[in-house]
Amino acid sequence: MDNPLDRILKQYPNTRRDNLLPLLQDIHDSLGYLSEESIIKVSQHLSLPSSKVYGVATFFDQFHFEPQAHFVIRICSGTSCHLSGSAEIMDEFKKTLNIRPGQTTRDGVFRLEEVPCLGACGLSPIVEVNGESHTGFSVQQIADLVEACKENVA
Amino acid sequence: MEKTLSDTYKDILINEVLNNPDKKFNDNTNNLLSALRRDTIDRPVIFVGKGSCGVIAGANGTYDAVKEYISARSINAELLEVGCGGFCAAEPVVEVQLPGRSRIAFQQVMADQVDHFLDQIFNNILDREKAVAQYRNQYHEPWEGIPFLDELPFFAHQKRIVLDQCGLINPERIEDYIAREGYQAFIKTIRNYTAEYLCSLVEESQLRGRGGGGFPAGKKWRSALKTASDKKYVICNADESDPGAFMDRSIMEGNPHRLIEGIAIAAYAIDASKAYIYTKAEYSLALYRLENAIQQAKEFGLLGEDIFESGFNLNIEIRKSAGAFVCGEETALISTIEGRRGMPSPKPPYPSEKGLFGKPTIVNNVETLANVPAIIHNGPQWFNRIGTETSKGTKLFSLTGKVKHTGLIEVEMGTSLQDIIDKIGGGIRNDKEVKAIHLGGPTGSTIPPQHFDTPVCFEALKKVNTLMGSGGMVILDEDSCMVDMAKFFMDFIRKESCGKCIPCREGTLRIHEILENITRRPEHESGHQTLERFKGVMQLEGLAEVIRDTSLCGLGKTAPSPVLSTMKWFRHEYEEHIFDRKCKAGVCKQLRSFYIDVDKCTGCMICAKKCPVNAIIGSEKKPHFIIDEKCIGCGICLDVCKFNAVYVK
Ligand SMILES: Cc1cc2nc3c(=O)[nH]c(=O)nc-3n(C[C@H](O)[C@H](O)[C@H](O)COP(=O)(O)O)c2cc1C
Repeated sequence: MDNPLDRILKQYPNTRRDNLLPLLQDIHDSLGYLSEESIIKVSQHLSLPSSKVYGVATFFDQFHFEPQAHFVIRICSGTSCHLSGSAEIMDEFKKTLNIRPGQTTRDGVFRLEEVPCLGACGLSPIVEVNGESHTGFSVQQIADLVEACKENVA
Repeated sequence: MEKTLSDTYKDILINEVLNNPDKKFNDNTNNLLSALRRDTIDRPVIFVGKGSCGVIAGANGTYDAVKEYISARSINAELLEVGCGGFCAAEPVVEVQLPGRSRIAFQQVMADQVDHFLDQIFNNILDREKAVAQYRNQYHEPWEGIPFLDELPFFAHQKRIVLDQCGLINPERIEDYIAREGYQAFIKTIRNYTAEYLCSLVEESQLRGRGGGGFPAGKKWRSALKTASDKKYVICNADESDPGAFMDRSIMEGNPHRLIEGIAIAAYAIDASKAYIYTKAEYSLALYRLENAIQQAKEFGLLGEDIFESGFNLNIEIRKSAGAFVCGEETALISTIEGRRGMPSPKPPYPSEKGLFGKPTIVNNVETLANVPAIIHNGPQWFNRIGTETSKGTKLFSLTGKVKHTGLIEVEMGTSLQDIIDKIGGGIRNDKEVKAIHLGGPTGSTIPPQHFDTPVCFEALKKVNTLMGSGGMVILDEDSCMVDMAKFFMDFIRKESCGKCIPCREGTLRIHEILENITRRPEHESGHQTLERFKGVMQLEGLAEVIRDTSLCGLGKTAPSPVLSTMKWFRHEYEEHIFDRKCKAGVCKQLRSFYIDVDKCTGCMICAKKCPVNAIIGSEKKPHFIIDEKCIGCGICLDVCKFNAVYVK
């Protein structure tokens, strides 16, 4: 009964379809991703085909379907950050970590993400590591940042 | 910080203030209100700007440092968090109000500077480097030699209706809002007006939707009111999907009660008992403040059942979007709330007739709704005296890009674009030449300098083939490349197209490909490839028109705008990219030409070794040379050269 999945489902006694997204969001917040098990359980709970649930979930960028990395590096590619060189920063991260946006390194330490706008355009470019923002970021900071993260895991 | 209000205060605010139509208060109430407005204070008040932009700049650290300073020295002072005043470049902003003195704002107060900073101000010493401006208040003695806020150019040319309290009041306390006449408009409405009359007031004000379309709000409301149904809904569109815009977020963070009051009035106008606020899941601070505000409004009886004994019921629920640009479109938004994929559906039927769960629904933008309390409070004639013939009131913009002062601004309709750049934005940074303004986000258009005299007005902007958009305003200078800009937006749209209509799904992909081709370096380009590129460019315009004319929703209809508008005004840049294979701004990396400065080159050979295509020749200890035809423009030589001998042209 300690299963977090069941606990979340219990909070939604109402099984109308419009609960689907809030339900998926809660599960995603708690597990960090949507597992196959959770998709099936949600579909049973709302009496929807699991293909429909999967269809809705994959429509939205927010949902991941694999476990999360230790460090999620999000690079803002909003208009203002683009103008201040976010593409170059992204390229350098890609080179350093050897992954593309949306991928996780094999050791599960880093995940690279491109986000449309973090909403602090006056302070661009912005790189967010696990929710902590680095403003006015420059390519030169990348090596140190990556090193610091690695040390943190070890 | 004490969060809960003592019950006596609450009783006074409900019974004496909200429930008091003539607003003749006794001394006791007046004193309370004056204290809540911080007109009279008996101890210093410190305000820390904690909007998202402030937090990103380090306001949380500053806030904690102030808190520690106060408690370590047992100073009797009040510490408050406020929303964003709009002057993003100055964050983190700390404001201090000493008893009897004007409230004064300081810029860029970082956590490690707090101790020194507070030592000074508590001893009446001003750090003049950090002091930006002071607030005007008839009861307070001003500081000498410090400009008033409304004298700063950034603020002097703005007109603040929606934002008037953002950055001023504590967004997490309903009493601050009530002390500044908050919720008076709502209570006046439910006490005195019929839904019919309310709609006609809003029609008379000529308020138009701020979400981009500019549809008259009153007309939309009346249509929903006239449609008979057992249930109706209000949806506040707070999805703000334009990357680079933060108007709606700032309202929700800076003055959430204002929005809730607007939603409540709209719900009354169409007789809805349920409203949704649909906002981005990333807006964590806005979400927190909205939830907090809804809870407080419930405690004050301003939401729930039988509100202030009027028989009117209203509940507001927050829904988080899951990240898709197209979900800002109203029909797609409705699908998402219903738990479906966020795909738009054809209109008509319009949501005001058949919307959420098939019931009449009005969808309005945050800014539209936040205007409503002021309109009801001051009357429709007050509102329609502001602005131009066809566009009334003000418009919010998030001013970003290459101007000196970026931030959130609110200007009267009719203000010219030139004035926004020069007077509010303070001109272009580093004395560069301005090249263009981009309005309306990824599906918006670009305006060239010869049209900068265009006023902010729905119709005037249409004349220069531009839509007002929801308020993203990006200023581009000579260092920006318009082809790259168009490519950037097409890349965004291509990813965000929902896939329902083929022209939009496939067409935007093709446009992006064509633009990629223009900006890519010809690598061993055979005649065939060159031909393809030219053909693609010739088809660009035609393709853009097909997408515009044959897509279902606003996304597809406006998707080609960045390309069409940049092609119209900056055709020479496209030609330069296509024919000369050059990007003057130096943005399109692959079109750069690299040269070696013979005076600086020591002949270390590193660049020649690292060059992936062996385009660098030269022997040891002699200056090297780059063969332009072979170079693929990767820039590795530039990175590896220790002597700064490689340069770009
Ligand atoms: C692709 C697309 C994205 C949109 N995004 C938003 C948005 O982020 N916020 C918004 O208020 N309106 C957005 N709209 C406009 C809405 O469909 C709708 O017109 C608006 O919310 C109506 O409110 P208003 O009349 O108060 O402007 C978008 C439209 C399209 C076609």
